[in-house]
Amino acid sequence: MLRREVSTTDEFVKGLWRENPVFVQVLGMCPALAVSNTAINALTMGLATTFVLLMSGCSVSLLRNFIPREARIVSFICIIASFVTAVDYLIQAISLELSRSLGAFIALIVVNCLILGRAEAFASKNAPGRAAIDALGMGAGFTAALLTIGMVREILGSGTLFGLAVLPEAFQTWTVMVLPSGGFFAMAMWLLLVNRLKEREAEAEKRPQEAAS
Amino acid sequence: MNSPAPAQQPSTSAWSMYRAVVGIGTLCAVLIVVVYQTTAARIRDNQARFLALAVAQVLPAAQATVAVALTENGQLGAAAEAPALPLFLGYGADGELVGAVVTAEGMGYQDNIRVLYAYSFERRAIVGFKVLDSKETPGLGDRVEKEPHFLASFEQLDARLAPDGSALLHPIVTVKQGEKTEPWQIDGITGATITSEAIGEILNDSANAWLPVLERDSRSFNTGEVTEAT
Repeated sequence: MLRREVSTTDEFVKGLWRENPVFVQVLGMCPALAVSNTAINALTMGLATTFVLLMSGCSVSLLRNFIPREARIVSFICIIASFVTAVDYLIQAISLELSRSLGAFIALIVVNCLILGRAEAFASKNAPGRAAIDALGMGAGFTAALLTIGMVREILGSGTLFGLAVLPEAFQTWTVMVLPSGGFFAMAMWLLLVNRLKEREAEAEKRPQEAAS
Repeated sequence: MNSPAPAQQPSTSAWSMYRAVVGIGTLCAVLIVVVYQTTAARIRDNQARFLALAVAQVLPAAQATVAVALTENGQLGAAAEAPALPLFLGYGADGELVGAVVTAEGMGYQDNIRVLYAYSFERRAIVGFKVLDSKETPGLGDRVEKEPHFLASFEQLDARLAPDGSALLHPIVTVKQGEKTEPWQIDGITGATITSEAIGEILNDSANAWLPVLERDSRSFNTGEVTEAT
């Protein structure tokens, strides 16, 4: 019982840190760079992707014995595209302004390799419960990554956070951070930080082993 | 990950392939139809509310508006269905005609730009402007939505008609930033040249098409179905 619980938590946490889709697997770069110009856009994109991940992960997992190997890609894409269309309508129903600011990127969740990747590598081989936890973990990791990029870009590029002014009027905003190149800058900074932290983590793990041997 | 080589795979029957693909396709189609049906009303409401808010912003003097369109005989008549580019006449508190609000569309730098502008019959000028929908570059092209000196051009943009009433007396054009000398010119934006010029063209084309009709027919238009502005 205890072992089962640990592995469930592990399944969720791996998406947040050890196998973070953006900072470690470097998947789904297109939305991560394009829709992270404000925190609210990043959050919406992350949540929409999480929803599609969760729903398509569960569906693929439930249907995994019904889908023949040869027809799996077309089946996965069909399932993913349907949930993306549903999300597109839902966002339009919730807020038209939000839908306008995300533009074509909601529709492009279909081709986010993270979703097809999880369907192929995990959901099609595991039970629905584990697939759901994996999807939630990956989705949370993706959302967190987008949000950290989006927050840096919005604060420096517009002087606001979630639309609220956080920097003094006198601050000259860095317009470049809102432009596509700013996405690359912010992404590079975070990748640098995450990789450095991971390196230190690995060094810390290695040292006691060396001492023991 | 450790999938066996394709040669060792037992071949799947065509039936199970059809079953999977057609079955999943049907399930997905049902899902999309259900979501569309449940959200369609909300989305229509959102769009109508967004448009009503924008109309009130560009023509604040209007207490009530009525949607109009060109009828088959080329006259202005009440709009039956919501057209792609809606057109409204605005009426003041005493029911007098204060202006018209026109939707116009044209190509920008990235994609079509859709704008709303208000025309004042009294001042014979464009007196309000708002971008409804654009996918212009954030930080550059999208400055046409918030740059103060650019938007100041639309507080009183000369749109008089030629004496024969068939077209604008002076075409509406966007000039370089700081070079606006005439009341029918739009003060452009450095860094958003293509987008601000596109706005000038959109307004010029739309004003040339609509203002002659509006000037000819609006005053005699029967205001039987004036709806309260929200």
